[in-house]
Amino acid sequence: MKRHGFRLYRHYLSLSIRSSMQYKSSFWLTMLGQALTTISTLLGVIFMFQRFPEVKGFTLDDVILCAGIVQLQFALAEMWARGFDRFSQIVRLGEYDRILLRPRGKILQVFGSQFELSRIGRIIQGVLMLVYALVRIRLRWDFLRVLTLVNMLIGGTGVFTAICILRAALCFFTLEGLEVMNIFFDGAREHGKYPLNIYGDKFLLFCTVAIPYALVQYYPLLYLLGRRADWFLPFLPLLALWFLIPCLLLFRVGVRHYQSSGS
Amino acid sequence: MKKYFSFFRLRLQMGMQYRIAAFAGMATQFFWGFMLIGAYKAFYESNAAAFPMGFQALTSYIWLQQAFLALFITWRFDNDIFTMITDGGISYELARPVRLYSMWFAKNLAMRLSEAALRFAPVLLVAALLPKPYGLSLPVSLPHFLLFLLTLGLGLLTTIAFLMIVYGLAMRMLSSTGVRLFLSGIVEFLSGQVIPLPFFPDKVRFVLELLPFAGMQNVPLRIYSGDLSGTPMLHAMVLQLVWLVIFIAAGALLLRSGERRAIVQGG
Repeated sequence: MKRHGFRLYRHYLSLSIRSSMQYKSSFWLTMLGQALTTISTLLGVIFMFQRFPEVKGFTLDDVILCAGIVQLQFALAEMWARGFDRFSQIVRLGEYDRILLRPRGKILQVFGSQFELSRIGRIIQGVLMLVYALVRIRLRWDFLRVLTLVNMLIGGTGVFTAICILRAALCFFTLEGLEVMNIFFDGAREHGKYPLNIYGDKFLLFCTVAIPYALVQYYPLLYLLGRRADWFLPFLPLLALWFLIPCLLLFRVGVRHYQSSGS
Repeated sequence: MKKYFSFFRLRLQMGMQYRIAAFAGMATQFFWGFMLIGAYKAFYESNAAAFPMGFQALTSYIWLQQAFLALFITWRFDNDIFTMITDGGISYELARPVRLYSMWFAKNLAMRLSEAALRFAPVLLVAALLPKPYGLSLPVSLPHFLLFLLTLGLGLLTTIAFLMIVYGLAMRMLSSTGVRLFLSGIVEFLSGQVIPLPFFPDKVRFVLELLPFAGMQNVPLRIYSGDLSGTPMLHAMVLQLVWLVIFIAAGALLLRSGERRAIVQGG
């Protein structure tokens, strides 16, 4: 059954990619738009650091590294969880009825309903930022550092995916997409470009305990940059995956709550 | 004039229907304001001497920017117009005994005012109650406040005149998404939406303050807190006015030539 599910997801994937390649110009334009936003954000950061050599002990290169990692976490989640991103539409148009009828996992189907290839632009930007920063910072690479980076990507993608699922779950109750939830998604990418401790201790605590952003950003970043050496830091990002559990649970509650909009 | 006013009123009433969206928008803008101020505070604490404007002036700038966001954002177009241009609905617009430029201008103005009207007061109210220096301060003086209102209005007109240029360009091509994305992205950055213009490196800032985009939000928001006053303020206001006239003329010309060449696709 598991293998079957994977094969189904792969099939969904290829369908989605082929359909998006039918609209090539729209694909390229989305990429252009994303590139522009990233460039202007990045230019903003660069200009700030022309005035201020560092912020709370972080230099420009550190911030670019941080922003690159967050960008990748966000883009990976956005790419493969896009179905949850447009879930309000699925509910409102009654498409969810069809999903319920099929004898396959509901969550798998939503994941597979859309795969957003155009987010590859954001991924490329993230990789470029990451590579640029890593070349400039000249880290001493060892196994644990590589593991930290990989775990940050896994954990971070998990947290952003969880937020997508949470936002989708709320659609069962409200029918409409809640724009406020963008704070936790787009807001986290935009403001997560700086290490989270710069926003103050209380905020850092919130991002450690309530929504585990700091577990995939600030703490492992300290390890990566060699500021702290505690043994658990490389594994901390995986701990952040706990956040998926309440979000998935809420989604299940939502499914039971679902009333077809009938269209 | 009366007919443009009724277009304006219709669009205004339409916009006022979206109260829940306005509420969501407000929550987002609060959060954005807090996060931005948090980041600038960290920079301020790292090196207060390098800060190009007073911290209180900056926080007022950010709160006003968030409160009046609907007036400033460069990528909020009237999508009906683009649809009309591509699907031929524009022929109805051309058949009306009104000037296209004035009609679209009035509609866009109303769209933005209705959005802003639903949002700005609560944001400003809460921001004013925040402890110093994180909240919105009072304007430095009554004349500054009046000039703030005046330049805010001129800035809004400039922004809409910019949109009109984009509509004009869109009439010349079938697919305008690329141009739209490109122009609004660049203008957003140059108007000081991403970081306020004083934070740009001095040479870049000097050029940007001469460009039309500085008048869109940089000028009014800095007059409010007194960061911009005296002769530089006067210069900025003259520039704002000159650019506004140029933008309107350019947009009107583009639209007129577009009207003449308009090809209606199907019907």
